Amino acid sequence: MTIGQTEAVAGIDRPSEPARSEMASLDEVEISRPPSSMEVFSDRLFRRSTLAVAWFTVFLVGWIVVSIGRQAMPSIHAYGLQFLRGTVWDANHARFGILPAIIGTLYSSILGLAIGTVFGLAIAIFLSEHFLSSGLEATLKSFGSSEDSWFASLPDKIENVLKVTIELLAAIPSVVYGLWGIFVVIPLVRPSADWLHSHLGWIPIFSTGLSGPGLMPAALVLAIMVLPTITAISRDSLVAVPPKLREAAFGMGATRWEAILAIFVPTAATGIFGAIILGFGRALGETMALAMLAGNANVISWSLFSPANTLAALLANHFPEADQIEVGALMYAALVLLAITLIVNIAGTLILQRADAGLKGLR
Amino acid sequence: MRIVRKLPLLAVVSLACLGLAILGSRLLGELGPATALGAEDSITLQGTGATFPAPLYQKWFVEYNKEHPNVQINYQALGSGAGIKQFQQHLVDFGASDAAMTDDEMAPVKDGVVLLPMTAGAIVLAYNLPNVSTDIKLSRDAYVGIVLGKITSWNDPAITKTNPGANLPDTKITVVSRSDGSGTTFVFTSHLSAISNEWKNGPGPGKAVNFPVGVAGKGNPGVSALIKQTPGAIGYVEYGYALQANMPMALLENKSGKYVRADLSSGKDALASVQLPENLRAWITDPATPDAYPIVTYTWLLCYKKYQNAKTADTLKSVIKYGLTQGQSFSADLGYIPLPGNVIDADMKALGQIS
Repeated sequence: MTIGQTEAVAGIDRPSEPARSEMASLDEVEISRPPSSMEVFSDRLFRRSTLAVAWFTVFLVGWIVVSIGRQAMPSIHAYGLQFLRGTVWDANHARFGILPAIIGTLYSSILGLAIGTVFGLAIAIFLSEHFLSSGLEATLKSFGSSEDSWFASLPDKIENVLKVTIELLAAIPSVVYGLWGIFVVIPLVRPSADWLHSHLGWIPIFSTGLSGPGLMPAALVLAIMVLPTITAISRDSLVAVPPKLREAAFGMGATRWEAILAIFVPTAATGIFGAIILGFGRALGETMALAMLAGNANVISWSLFSPANTLAALLANHFPEADQIEVGALMYAALVLLAITLIVNIAGTLILQRADAGLKGLR
Repeated sequence: MRIVRKLPLLAVVSLACLGLAILGSRLLGELGPATALGAEDSITLQGTGATFPAPLYQKWFVEYNKEHPNVQINYQALGSGAGIKQFQQHLVDFGASDAAMTDDEMAPVKDGVVLLPMTAGAIVLAYNLPNVSTDIKLSRDAYVGIVLGKITSWNDPAITKTNPGANLPDTKITVVSRSDGSGTTFVFTSHLSAISNEWKNGPGPGKAVNFPVGVAGKGNPGVSALIKQTPGAIGYVEYGYALQANMPMALLENKSGKYVRADLSSGKDALASVQLPENLRAWITDPATPDAYPIVTYTWLLCYKKYQNAKTADTLKSVIKYGLTQGQSFSADLGYIPLPGNVIDADMKALGQIS
């Protein structure tokens, strides 16, 4: 990355070189010369410093892991793997287990991600396949004014507004999402949750009623929070589908839907999958909104409406008042969360890389 | 396209810059005249601690600052545990806690500790039953049973028995507790432990307790919000928050079998039931006075006996004196119980230990 940047910087000078040499021949002064030692020095300095900064980030991650690990060591020794299987978090009696939090983290993230993916992908397809322009064109034609160039650029403008709006969702603080969840989402889902529970209560996922906060409201808010990530990357990878493929698909007589579902989406699938994985990483680490919406109850339940706990919420809730022993246990929990997030993010990055490599031949 | 993608970021960054610039200019504007007037006179006190008395303390500090513009008092309501921790580490000039420091906690503080009860408050059981207009009465068996998860429905005989005319619905009870460690939880669970062996031997008393049932919200505001949003919910919050949020509060059965509403007089009765010892540390887990509200606590300021800087000590003493005298008049409005006269006298005497 950093080396690429230095090359890019060096490359800027290149186009102007012919012009310079022309001037040189006019003035009979030799301008083409080897770089001065100062230039070499500053070039080297720039490259070294970017490299140092890049490595510093890696060092930082390592440092965080090590320092958390050091503080977690006592409780890793004391509780071992039992910590991962235990279901009770009771600082009062020094009993710590994070199984409900692990399951709650994964359950809420996967649920939120599933909902977010459906909507995110739909939006990405809508924004990348010019649905807006064809719709608008038809409307304009009926008014008989499709010739105007301002109207012709309108769909692109609207698409951009939509895109920016969705990306702005990522800028809303999660406390705001949490409050919105408590005061809007929970009352909104309660009637349907109660109906599902009373009529279809025999299905495990509807086996409890919604008692205020719970998995479902948490997952719904998470879905909105991961929407920008999924939409942006999915759209980018859909736009990156080579024009050859598009033309070939339509040339073969495929309808629009056939082309989208059978050609474009599969071609962009690896990129879309990477988007989902990155969204997953975001969902796993989300703290404040979940601490406010999931219910913070150490319960393991299949039910969508049952309260739950997540690792990040557990950490946020217990840190300020924790004593020495509990801090160790919390650090252990932080390490587990870090491991889960790291695995998911590495997987996502690898998949994205493979997606790029797979498309190279097509370009 | 590139620029459009970065638009949100650009907007945020430019807004942040604007904000910083405004903040900076205001700070400069404020600092300018103050430093000109005489920096040697201004003094800042740092404090950290309980959220429970925070509204009252903030009110005191603001009012005190109006009378003494050269004294700035920063109080951060991070929680009782944080208050004790930062006080032990000498990060602050004073701490605050709803659970008085234990001897073990005081031992490592080499400058000595003075505990000063500054105000008192009640902890109430607020609930959400949309179609019940009368205030419900809860017997000791009923509210212990509810938090233990043994009573799960509002029309359970244990509740209907004491509320004949209330027409209680068949709604599921959702217990709302605190998800973060808190002095409020400590006081509530200490009371439960005092009246129920099953609670004492089960979850027990503590700042962060493993509640057998229900959901948990962060802070008094979080618990209040969850109760208000959940039909059938019941939870413990500090009286002032319940009052402000306009939530119905249950009348609780006290030690002498009376059903008592949380208010100023029942709170005062509870405080009168306990005589503060020499070290001003007392836990009122179950007051015996006939008309006392059962869940009441003092809340303490934590001060060092010796301060490096005599001016800090003098200023702090002056602030505390203000809180103990004029400050007590704000208590009732904010939902706190003014200290009894003998406690104020004891505090004033204890102030002499600070130097």
